[in-house]
Amino acid sequence: MRAIDFQKGRTPIFNSILLAFLILAPAVLPAFYIYIFSVIFVTAILAMSLNLVVGHGGLYQFHHGVFYGIGAYTLALILTKTDLPPWVGFIAGPVCAALAGWLIGLFCVRLSRLYFGMLQISLGSLIWAVTFRWYALTGGDDGIHGIELPGILSGITRSYYVILIVLSVCLIALYRIYKSPFGITLRAIRDNPERCAAVGINVRRHQLLAIVIATFFAGVAGVFFVVVERSVFPDLMFWVLSLEIMIMCLLGGWFTFSGPILGAAIMVSLRTFAGVYTEYWTLILGVILILLIFFLPEGVMGFIALKLKRRELLLEAKKDI
Amino acid sequence: MLRVENAQKDFDGFKAVNGASLSVEKGEIVAVIGPNGAGKTTLFNLITGQLKPNGGTITFLGEDITSMPSHRICKKGIARSFQIANIFHRLSVFRNVQVSVLSQKNRNLNLFLSSDSFFVKETQSILKNAGLADKHQEIAGSLSHGDRRLLEIAIALGNEPRLLILDEPTAGMSPEETATTISLIKRLAETRGLTILFCEHDMDVVFGVSHRIMVMEQGRTLVQGKPDEVKNNLEVQRAYLGTE
Repeated sequence: MRAIDFQKGRTPIFNSILLAFLILAPAVLPAFYIYIFSVIFVTAILAMSLNLVVGHGGLYQFHHGVFYGIGAYTLALILTKTDLPPWVGFIAGPVCAALAGWLIGLFCVRLSRLYFGMLQISLGSLIWAVTFRWYALTGGDDGIHGIELPGILSGITRSYYVILIVLSVCLIALYRIYKSPFGITLRAIRDNPERCAAVGINVRRHQLLAIVIATFFAGVAGVFFVVVERSVFPDLMFWVLSLEIMIMCLLGGWFTFSGPILGAAIMVSLRTFAGVYTEYWTLILGVILILLIFFLPEGVMGFIALKLKRRELLLEAKKDI
Repeated sequence: MLRVENAQKDFDGFKAVNGASLSVEKGEIVAVIGPNGAGKTTLFNLITGQLKPNGGTITFLGEDITSMPSHRICKKGIARSFQIANIFHRLSVFRNVQVSVLSQKNRNLNLFLSSDSFFVKETQSILKNAGLADKHQEIAGSLSHGDRRLLEIAIALGNEPRLLILDEPTAGMSPEETATTISLIKRLAETRGLTILFCEHDMDVVFGVSHRIMVMEQGRTLVQGKPDEVKNNLEVQRAYLGTE
């Protein structure tokens, strides 16, 4: 396990510094940056959840945004249309997303690869269309705006800390899943589903569970999207957003654990800061993607991991001499 | 133990397996031989459920396993290796075998415990048995061809099978690697009392280790018998098998 040990030496230090910075950030940075950080955190949860099924599960989860949207809409509707206490919405959001994930997944896992993706896009677009048209309930293409939040989440700084805690909890949970027997089995299924069946693994059941977990976390991200933006709109469920999440995973590195966080940070920053100068920030994204595919096919994090490993091997070789 | 009767499989009209019959008794090493395209691999795929037969019955330990999905057949006690190294390329050698041990012990759905606390000893002992102990950290995709084939067998052993099916275990191996693999197969059969069914082109290997041999040709079983019987028959069948 040496390959893992060398990372253990460095990452905790890096993580502690990063965490300390993030805790102190609201004291030193202007509110706008705190807001951007919150957006990055929420997007990071979303990208991480997708990567569980795409990067580690090898599934063609093409329409992940739908589950993000379901989480967000569930909370928004409970807060605006019912008298239920707010915490119900925060639990119902992820649960509804996971239920939808289970239902759609039930059909999708019966199909292989690309067909899985196509069916998911169709079923997901169906949900988008309903949301887009059902003015009485969802506000249609206007969405729902100015959602009132409970006191603990009012104010950018407060919600920032809450979301930081939620992100940490999600990361710990996802990391445990990644390292668990289920996580390893999932990666084995990604590498070779046929062989997995031959060693007695019920491939579909594992894929379905992975989808349920991933859509649950997408729901968590959706719920906290509402906290950050105080609004929901059908674009959350549009396939373009699903593609963006996919790009975040690719950008950060499919096969690394923390890559999607980096991918999310890059995408959100790009959209925010390049978006200030030009409406066509996606052009810049396109160029970055082309360069990425040619030069860093394993993503940014995959590239860093590879470099670190090489240096470690070099150091080791020197020791041997 | 295993009984295949009149198995049939056609691919768009091409009869890959057309009336193959086979029996394997407990503790035996049985070889399947035949020219390329005789249907050996297809027959194995029918037994282990990768393919569904169009006809015939397959029974294992008295139970009908015809058309069962492969993960269930595996749980009945049949494990197999593949002709083309069929491993988990991005996982370490250790994890490759651990996955099948986890499956055997029904722990794949465990979500929150670290997998480093699961069956480390068992996995290490299988790797040691297969001669891969010192490579356990390597990424499986970076192994040499011979080691991949050994890993294939190690993955199958993780299932603690009662019947082990090996599809051309020594294909593409150097003579030394072949010798290692053969001694591994023999050792498994002797020390664990494992029943083994394999197919192979190398006649020295076939006649060196097997108790009985089944000869296939164009999807049919020509003969199944002891090596001597087959050898005598083989003179007659030289046309089919080519000059060995």
